[in-house]
Amino acid sequence: MWTIRAFEQGLEELFQRGLLHGTMHLSIGQEAVATGVCGALAEGDLITSTHRGHGHCLAHGADPERMMAELLAKESGYCKGRGGSMHIADVSRGNLGANGIVAGSMTIAAGAALAQQQQGSDAVVVCFFGDGAANEGAFHEALNLAGIWDLPVIYVCENNQYGMSMATARAAAGNDIAGRGAAYGLPGTKVNGNDILAVREATLEAAARARAGEGASLIEAVTYRYRGHSKSDRNLYRTREEITEWRDERDPIDAFTRYCTEHEVLSEQEITAASQRGKDTIKEAVAGAMTGAEPDPTELAGAAYAANPGMEGAA
Amino acid sequence: MTRTTYAKALAEAFRVALAEDERVFMAGEDIGIYGGAFGVTDGLLDEFGPKRILDTPISEEVIAGLAVGAAIVGQRPIVEMQFSDFIVNAMDPIVNQAAKLHFMYGGQVSVPMIIRGPGGGGTGAAAQHSQSLEAWFAHVPGLKVVTPATAQDVHDLLLASLLDPDPVVFLEHKLLYKVEEDVEFRSSIADTPAQLGQALVRREGGDCSIVAYSIMVPRALEAAEVLAEEGIDVEVVDLRTLRPMDTTTIRSSVKKTGRLVTAQEAPVPVSIGAEVAACVAGSDALDYLLAPIQRVGSLDVPMPYAKTLETATIPQTGDIVDAARRVMKD
Ligand SMILES: Cc1ncc(C[n+]2csc(CCOP(=O)(O)OP(=O)(O)O)c2C)c(N)n1
Repeated sequence: MWTIRAFEQGLEELFQRGLLHGTMHLSIGQEAVATGVCGALAEGDLITSTHRGHGHCLAHGADPERMMAELLAKESGYCKGRGGSMHIADVSRGNLGANGIVAGSMTIAAGAALAQQQQGSDAVVVCFFGDGAANEGAFHEALNLAGIWDLPVIYVCENNQYGMSMATARAAAGNDIAGRGAAYGLPGTKVNGNDILAVREATLEAAARARAGEGASLIEAVTYRYRGHSKSDRNLYRTREEITEWRDERDPIDAFTRYCTEHEVLSEQEITAASQRGKDTIKEAVAGAMTGAEPDPTELAGAAYAANPGMEGAA
Repeated sequence: MTRTTYAKALAEAFRVALAEDERVFMAGEDIGIYGGAFGVTDGLLDEFGPKRILDTPISEEVIAGLAVGAAIVGQRPIVEMQFSDFIVNAMDPIVNQAAKLHFMYGGQVSVPMIIRGPGGGGTGAAAQHSQSLEAWFAHVPGLKVVTPATAQDVHDLLLASLLDPDPVVFLEHKLLYKVEEDVEFRSSIADTPAQLGQALVRREGGDCSIVAYSIMVPRALEAAEVLAEEGIDVEVVDLRTLRPMDTTTIRSSVKKTGRLVTAQEAPVPVSIGAEVAACVAGSDALDYLLAPIQRVGSLDVPMPYAKTLETATIPQTGDIVDAARRVMKD
């Protein structure tokens, strides 16, 4: 959680210094979801991610320097500077990729889960998506398929209360995304998404179910995004008080540190050290990424294909 | 050689692939017990079982999306759109996902999948079950588009598409399904002689090139017979794949004949015919042209229902003959 927050804050700073091209979606305030879910997975488990995906990527084990390099549009980035913030993938570690299309990964995750079944693997696929995505047709088609075929997939909705400016309560009929699981015969669990342990618990349960061949699950993790939707957001759809209240009273990192001190899991020094480690990691990642080479446009020809582009063009 | 139909030759290609490669599976609406809306997958469920032949709900977006997800983790899905018109319900997984992932993720994945289905008119199914949407997909970098015209080719090109690591939109024509031919079945996927991006000269000739694909290939060959009686010696080029497009074969044919007619079932504006014309106009083949290029295609309307209207809308052999006569006049 500390690393994710430091990563996102590092990006804000880079943006303010004019070093970032394009847009980005920060997950500050939502760190417990990515960390709680990915921490509950086993080696070989797969994830798919969203436009707000830096946290998922880090929590699933990505190298912050290669992520930074991607954001800084370097050849050394995960996607050679072709993907950027919304499209980071780290396939070798099981992150099948972030997606710029809202709900774009819902059906892909179903397919990846079907493949696990076919290959006799006991790996589980986690599909992160936002509350806004739950109103796309793909959500319903994917959950229905996961339901009838008992696919080993966990659909994790990060309900951060808004899809851009649209409040979940106004966008989702019934205002109960977890409850939609029932329609497709899947368990739907609503958890406090700012409580890393609750998220972890729900994920462990869903993963055990998937591994036992009992099929898919839906988890709705209720959380909050502190920053604007993307770089351009005047926050006209919510009050300053609402943001302050979440930040000051329900912050996931504060909640976890409180838990750790109360239960004597970590000392204050250890907590400070972990937080500092996060910051140092990101500082080094930025410094390292900055030295990377720029991508070479001459490498673009034919790059859309894995083989035989064969397009000499008509010009 | 086996005397068989286009539909059965295609089914035989599925059989070869399913038997040989564990990673191959098929999914689609009513492809199992029903055997597919056009009977193409008849018998496959009995032979390969429900783990390889998956009946899906009527959910085109997840059918296409599951192929993407399965392909990027090592499977070889072949998924069916019951009518290729319904592919528009699956545009996101095809255009935004399948076509993009290899590039967008810097080469970390490839997406070896086939999405296939029947297109075209002539069955009285009217506007929403008769389209030829190939140009939509040929426009997208990252996709490959295959349009087989013969029973041998549908067999061979399906196998060639399976050998390809990229997403293939494989468009059959409903009126071709029943066409019978002598076909040589391949016993293994790699035995296919076909390659994506290779056109074929179906008939050699010296006066005029007709560049066609899918059902317009047999019509162009018929037109060539008619024209031969008038002393016009036509060369017929079958594109076979629209992306990649074999511009070399198109250009050398035009350099030989000096005249070009393009033939497609889709409406003419902003279409494959335009791309073929541009590939000639933008090259040294232009200098060989003796007459302006003629493009044959459907009337610029949605497909009408009435037989007379439908026939008037879709280009018939006579329309190709007329176009060839026009280029010969100049
Ligand atoms: C299909 C599609 N429609 C619209 C958008 C534009 N868009 C990007 S993010 C977003 C809000 C998504 O909300 P949600 O799913 O709740 O995720 P969050 O941004 O809250 O993390 C919108 C409308 C898009 N990228 N894709």
